Amino acid sequence: MEKLAQKLIIQRLQRQILDLEGFKTNSKQQNSKIGFAPIEQHFPNQVFPTGTIHEFISTAPENTACTSAFIFGLLSKLQQQNGIYVWIGKQKQLFTPGLTFFGIPPHHIIFINLVKPKDILWATEEALKCKSLSGVISEVEGINFAQSQRLQLTVEKSKVTGFILRTQPENITATACAARWKITPQASENTENIPGVGFANWQVELLKVRNGSTANFTVAWRNQQFYVNEQNNSAPFLSQAIGS
Amino acid sequence: MKKRYVSIWFPHLVCDQMAIKQKELKTQAYALVAHERNKQMIVNVSHEAKKLGLRPNMPLADARITFPALQAFKHQPQRQQKLLKKLAEWFIRYSPSVALDEPDGLFLDVSGCTHLWKNEALYLEEISSRLEKEYHFHIAIADTIGAAWALSHFSTQQIAASGQQMQALLNLPPKALRLQDPILQRLSKLGFHHIASFAHIAPTTLRRRFGNELNLRMGQAMGQQQEAFNAIEEPNPYRERLQCLEPIQTAKGIEIAIENLLEIICERLKQEGLGIRNATLNAYRLDGKLQQIKIGTNQPSIHIKHLFKLFELKIKQIEPDLGIELFVMEVLKVEPLTQHQEALWHTNTHTNFTEIAELLDRISIKAGKNAIRRYLPQEHHWPENSIKAVADLTLQPQTDWPVHKPRPTVLLNQPETIKVTAPIPDYPPMNFTYKGQIHRIIKADGPERIEQEWWTNDGKHRDYYCVEDEKGQRYWLFRLGHYDSKVPAQWFIHGFFA
Repeated sequence: MEKLAQKLIIQRLQRQILDLEGFKTNSKQQNSKIGFAPIEQHFPNQVFPTGTIHEFISTAPENTACTSAFIFGLLSKLQQQNGIYVWIGKQKQLFTPGLTFFGIPPHHIIFINLVKPKDILWATEEALKCKSLSGVISEVEGINFAQSQRLQLTVEKSKVTGFILRTQPENITATACAARWKITPQASENTENIPGVGFANWQVELLKVRNGSTANFTVAWRNQQFYVNEQNNSAPFLSQAIGS
Repeated sequence: MKKRYVSIWFPHLVCDQMAIKQKELKTQAYALVAHERNKQMIVNVSHEAKKLGLRPNMPLADARITFPALQAFKHQPQRQQKLLKKLAEWFIRYSPSVALDEPDGLFLDVSGCTHLWKNEALYLEEISSRLEKEYHFHIAIADTIGAAWALSHFSTQQIAASGQQMQALLNLPPKALRLQDPILQRLSKLGFHHIASFAHIAPTTLRRRFGNELNLRMGQAMGQQQEAFNAIEEPNPYRERLQCLEPIQTAKGIEIAIENLLEIICERLKQEGLGIRNATLNAYRLDGKLQQIKIGTNQPSIHIKHLFKLFELKIKQIEPDLGIELFVMEVLKVEPLTQHQEALWHTNTHTNFTEIAELLDRISIKAGKNAIRRYLPQEHHWPENSIKAVADLTLQPQTDWPVHKPRPTVLLNQPETIKVTAPIPDYPPMNFTYKGQIHRIIKADGPERIEQEWWTNDGKHRDYYCVEDEKGQRYWLFRLGHYDSKVPAQWFIHGFFA
């Protein structure tokens, strides 16, 4: 009994600390639980943090392919209605017909191609200020702590979710982002010996989570939903259907 | 292109205009009078008065002797100038470049305009039919400004065919060359009453006696010498000026100027239900140089704060140097303000389209309009051509996005050649080398044959395979054309799957 009370007190204190640190749990956020518990459980309050900056490490085009798919999959779950998204990067790489599979109508994405890293950061900040956007995805070579903090302060006001794709692995430094992800392709599992490539599997690594725990799991996307394969799960083919 | 000019002379310009306003004057004789050297001098007479023998430069007292009932009005030079300018603007419908011929005429550069009315005779007829109810005028067309002027003032001939201006002018008096009085007097003293009488005298001889002006005017009339054509500016209805008491040198000063001008313009546009799409700020410097900044928006806007922000991004480009004395803001393109943009995007209600458009305006000011793109599906077979970039933010796809075939999420702009080991003939490769790295293929799908569109271009088809290597990375490869045992097949990598 005493232990339970202690646990409750600690939980309450933790929540207070989170609140002080800016991780406000408003009722809206509670409702917008996206429903992929295996991912969400690693974040503070068991809620996927929106209105913050997420950082993705994406060095090769193979990584960009699955990282963008993962992000758009996330965004389609976060936003029930059609929002408008901005993609800021150096050059046109994404092939919009391929994005149709991940739940976002591709004509709702506005692509902004800029050359100088400084301009990309400027445009990202301007875009994050715009409350009407449902998501801002930005490809940058590198970002330092001060720059990321600046973006974080912007989104705290506007509540837009930002996704930073870092393309230069050697420049990885500490940032003020809520989480650092790395999405890599993983060999797909083919249970019934069906020919062909089948559904894609991605290894999702949560390298850093503010006030949460790191994790490593395998995710697949089919029928407009995420399926999670916990790596340390002994049953390799157990796919837990989540969402809806 | 051969140049053609029209000269129009209004001998009773102001008098005619008075008759338009006061109908009863139309049949009366009256004159405009100015005070000159202690005398009332007639400056301009009405058509009726001219019939009675009255002429400009006649003292009013003399005119009253022959015609006691003559009405006299005060001459206002500004009024005449204003009227002429207005007429010149009206004439822009007949030719894009119109010049003033002070005090009572106009020049039109009609090169390439007359064929729109079939020929020159019909062109002049069209102008005449529009003007004759209100104004008395003489009109002529020729290869040069000088010849057209001479014909309109001194001849009944209206059209001098191309290259025929010499013949047309020979019988006219020297005055038709727009010469100054001293030269005219000297010419008449020497018995040169027609242009023909001195047209064939060598220019050097003429110069010795009459100075250079006679040769210059002759040359201009005949087309051997260039003559400047000072076309009037097309009026811009949305233009505001801000004169500065003291020259402005600071960025803050420029900001205030922009704010003031925007307030005036936006207030006016708001009443008319219009918004700015393109605007220019002209800053005239003390040393006469012009500094210009331009902005454009994605959708019509009268949001002063937003427009100001767009200008603000460009203020750095202005070099005030000694200072700016005049700001002129011009709106080059206006469009009706649209209220229902949200409906076009089918988005949820709290999405504010204007806010996004304003964000994109700011970015396009800095990065250029081409930096911002959206992609819509296009009905073409080849993946490169299956999407098209659009700049318009309100366009909706005409067709659904194709989903029945797998497509990569990242596509290379140009397919890149790869080295492959492939079993014959229609199997996916066993491995391939891309950027110096060997990828062993574990699983593959395909082939999906994508043909050239024979109605637009011919060439080899592509057989696409979706392959997965041992790390799980997925690629989109294709072989160009049919398998041929003699020629090694060409393989390319085109995209990356998620």
